[in-house]
Amino acid sequence: MAVSASSKVMNNVETVRETLYEAMKNDDRTVILGEDVGDRGNVFLITKDFVKEFGPERVIDTPIAEASIVGIAVGMAMEGLRPIAEIQFADFIYPAFNQIVGEAAKTRYRSNGEYTCPLVIRTPYGGGVRGALSHSVSIEALFYHVPGLKIVAPAFPADVKGLLNAAIDDPDPVLFLEHKKTYRLIKGEVPGGHYTIPLGKADVKKAGTQLTVVSYGLYVHWALEAANQLETEGISVEVVDLRSIRPMDRGTILESVRKTRKLLIVHEDNKFGGVGAEISAMVAEEALFDLDAPIRRHCAPDVPAMGYALPLEEEYMSSPGEMAEAMREMARF
Amino acid sequence: MAKTEITQVRNSLERQGLSDDQLKAIFRNMLLQRQLDNRGFQLNRQGKVPFALGSEGHEALQSGAAMAFERGKDLLAPYYRDLGLALGIGLTPYEIMLSIFARAADHNGGRQFPNHYSSKKAGLISFSSILAAHIPHAVGAAFAMQYRKESGRAVLVTCGDGTTSEGEWHESMNFAAVHKLPLVMLVENNLWAISTPLSRQMGQPDIYKRAEGYGIPGEQFDGFDPIASYGAVKRALDRARGGGGPTLLEGVCYRFLAHSTDDNDMTYRTRDEVTAHRKDDPLPRFERVLLELGILGPPEIDAMRKEVLRETNEATDRAEAMPFPAASELYTNLYEGAWEPWQ
Amino acid sequence: MRPELAPFERHGLSDGQLAAMLRTMLLQRTLESRGFQLNRQGKIPFASASEGHEAVQAGAAMAFRRGHDILVPYYRDLGLALGIGLTAYDVLLSLFARAADRSGGRQFPHHYAARALGLQTISSLIAAQTCHAVGAAYAVKLRREAGRAVLTTFGDGATSEGEWHEAVNFAAVAELPVVFLCENNEWAISTPLSKQMGQPDVYKRAAGYGIPGAVVDGFDPIASYAAVAEAMERARSGGGPTLLEAKCYRFLSHTTDDDDRTYRTREEVAERRKDDPVPKFERFLIARGVLTLTDIEDLKSSVLAETNEATDRAEAMPYPPPAAAFENLYEGPWEPWQ
Ligand SMILES: Cc1ncc(C[n+]2csc(CCOP(=O)(O)OP(=O)(O)O)c2C)c(N)n1
Ligand SMILES: Cc1ncc(C[n+]2csc(CCOP(=O)(O)OP(=O)(O)O)c2C)c(N)n1
Ligand SMILES: [Mg+2]
Ligand SMILES: [Mg+2]
Repeated sequence: MAVSASSKVMNNVETVRETLYEAMKNDDRTVILGEDVGDRGNVFLITKDFVKEFGPERVIDTPIAEASIVGIAVGMAMEGLRPIAEIQFADFIYPAFNQIVGEAAKTRYRSNGEYTCPLVIRTPYGGGVRGALSHSVSIEALFYHVPGLKIVAPAFPADVKGLLNAAIDDPDPVLFLEHKKTYRLIKGEVPGGHYTIPLGKADVKKAGTQLTVVSYGLYVHWALEAANQLETEGISVEVVDLRSIRPMDRGTILESVRKTRKLLIVHEDNKFGGVGAEISAMVAEEALFDLDAPIRRHCAPDVPAMGYALPLEEEYMSSPGEMAEAMREMARF
Repeated sequence: MAKTEITQVRNSLERQGLSDDQLKAIFRNMLLQRQLDNRGFQLNRQGKVPFALGSEGHEALQSGAAMAFERGKDLLAPYYRDLGLALGIGLTPYEIMLSIFARAADHNGGRQFPNHYSSKKAGLISFSSILAAHIPHAVGAAFAMQYRKESGRAVLVTCGDGTTSEGEWHESMNFAAVHKLPLVMLVENNLWAISTPLSRQMGQPDIYKRAEGYGIPGEQFDGFDPIASYGAVKRALDRARGGGGPTLLEGVCYRFLAHSTDDNDMTYRTRDEVTAHRKDDPLPRFERVLLELGILGPPEIDAMRKEVLRETNEATDRAEAMPFPAASELYTNLYEGAWEPWQ
Repeated sequence: MRPELAPFERHGLSDGQLAAMLRTMLLQRTLESRGFQLNRQGKIPFASASEGHEAVQAGAAMAFRRGHDILVPYYRDLGLALGIGLTAYDVLLSLFARAADRSGGRQFPHHYAARALGLQTISSLIAAQTCHAVGAAYAVKLRREAGRAVLTTFGDGATSEGEWHEAVNFAAVAELPVVFLCENNEWAISTPLSKQMGQPDVYKRAAGYGIPGAVVDGFDPIASYAAVAEAMERARSGGGPTLLEAKCYRFLSHTTDDDDRTYRTREEVAERRKDDPVPKFERFLIARGVLTLTDIEDLKSSVLAETNEATDRAEAMPYPPPAAAFENLYEGPWEPWQ
């Protein structure tokens, strides 16, 4: 993607905000609905001042009722609006499970195409922010099992913009996951103008030859930090940022793995039944004999989420240091 | 204003049978609640704790309700804004401070946000940050009481105005009504849900009016008046304990502070609005009543304030000195016994 | 027993409209029996019925403005679907799960979807559709489509769902053009009203939401028409939502998979049969001189002929091919690994 003249450096909050703003401006079918998205401008200020410009009819402060936030958005989508529903924190999405899995994901299928559900559900997820058990979970594994949904989890501002635009344009329901620790931490060059990045395309964020690391979200940044450290130690690591979790990019992963012959999967969500399990299975099915080492997953332990107390959070979360160690072990194998 | 307040309380009926000592205890609880609240915010500003949440404006409602709670018998299923209720049913400032500091000795072992108490001993049911999720639990607890024919017991469950919009709230009310369970649903209506005002939360502002639709009694009371709160909660709990089924109560109060230390309420409401409600601040209001009635004198109130401050300081120091949970605590208490998903 | 339909208040309904309502009721009943028959013959695995709901549905359908309003029904709304334009052939395609069915044979029978009729797709998940109706009503209001409203229906049991509460509450806050019509048939499979709610009148919940509520005799098609028409008109003209309750009864088992003898007595059902809205409306139209006995006999044979023809035609149609299972999951072809 060429960086155009009008590109600028933004963090992830600013990028989500600007992308949503453009969507609201360019298409009056677009509405945003969620808790505290109006006058408060969302708890992370993502929709700050939107209500002043677009009015309370299009920037809808909903009652505290997640099932209906998604359910009403489904109805809007079926009747020609382009709703962007917000779940304030991913941890509050469970009441909406029925509407996401049972309804949104099945609308097109059950009506055999007569009705469709072009809907984006945005939600901040992930930890490392002292969010305790109920403001820090990862939810992707609970949903990536579901045919009919698409799931995106970008890590870099430029990807946030391209993928959010793609999600908004998409004719089917998309769960758009924003890692809340990256919101203000991660800055990057964002091209100007409207562009999209196709869902289902991973991106090699760092080329390397001895080991492939696949990750997404916050951990891509930490994996890059670790990989850069290993570079100084003479170990060449390739870092693949999945970006999309459903659909997932087979080609990029296989190409990388066939080159490096080693695969390490790193994610913040629990290891058991996580996204890494599907990647491992796919690589084992397609490229087992190209591997020089067993596939390894460096993922969260089997506990529901991180506790509030600092040691509990640190124990749950990985770190660039731990990732570097896992990479060294793989490289030595 | 003050005059009517006082004549009302002097009238023994309006006292709802509360003794001088009980009235004093209610007031002391209110002072302690406010002191601890402020301490949480202070510690946050000092960078000592990452998060705190205040309940200023809810003191009267909670202290009155707590007085109606029968320790050792009733169960409380509260939400995160119920510091005064927790104190009122027996939690100590030290326990509160352990939760604010997320220390190992906290009831939750430092796992949850502050103010997410749980204490089996006090009859306080564990709850999470997920709004309304605790209400079905309260209904289940009430069902267990009814099933075991434990008359004389009831469950007091609380939530905010915003939480009444959740489907789980409705499902709980409906089930409690069908089975005539010993349950009191106390809504602490502080007119705001973070930035969402009541007018965007529901189509009409009186939550207690939903009771008729469930076929249960409903009542609204002044949540700035601890005696009114006590009276309403006592009547409802007594009805529940005696097999008369559930009640929907609504105490109207106000949230004086921002939602939490992470919120800035001036982005969605005016200073003037807050100031106008501050004029009714339940603490000075109740203080005036107790002074006028001669239940407490200025020196006693002064002494009470000092004691509450001392208690808060002591609890702060003691809790701060305690250790964090060890990293290995991340893995305990997921299931009974040790755990590995692959066996 | 309820009284005979007494005062002849037409509520502006012409003789033709009254006759059309009766015809919908008769067609509904014939199609329904056909579903049960086909099931007993082993030709289809499943059927559900709406006997007892004919009057409320025929009345509600008459209040629906075709080409304007949106209907978000539930699985027991055969009469409503017919009343707003679905054909007997459509219904039989759905019973037979044929490729030409609107859902391509994917859904259970009676889960219609017909965009051209304003009939939104529904699922089997109780109360989920009430949220969708509210979303549709939001779209109508946002686009300032005056003269349009959404009618959504559900059973008494559905009112216990959280999503029902959330839907009604939001519609009330946003003052949306939507009518919530509860078809209270006193049963939710085997669960009687007394175990479903703490008091038996659904419409009484309206006050708690700050919206108008009303109850109507759901065995009376004209009263049902009047109540729904008034509520829809209020919605269309910016007056916000209404919660309506039509008291009716489910005469048959929940579905062909259910045996209601396990949970209710024959006496109860027989007692309620005395009020059967279909013969009652026939008697009424004859007594008022709107139709003659012969007219009604003619209607019945035309309805039967239509049902027979639709049955034969639909049965002769092919099933969807196995490959159809992979279509219409997303727009375009799909592979989770790309
Ligand atoms: C299921 C769920 N949705 C949303 C939130 C985020 N949230 C936390 S507190 C709050 C407002 C609650 O308002 P109310 O019920 O009125 O209680 P109050 O804070 O005013 O006492 C919201 C939206 C949550 N914790 N859980
Ligand atoms: C969410 C959900 N829960 C349970 C069911 C199973 N179920 C199907 S119909 C039904 C009874 C519904 O009763 P009511 O709403 O009164 O409608 P009726 O069938 O009486 O018209 C139940 C429990 C379901 N389909 N969806
Ligand atoms: Mg509130
Ligand atoms: Mg029913």
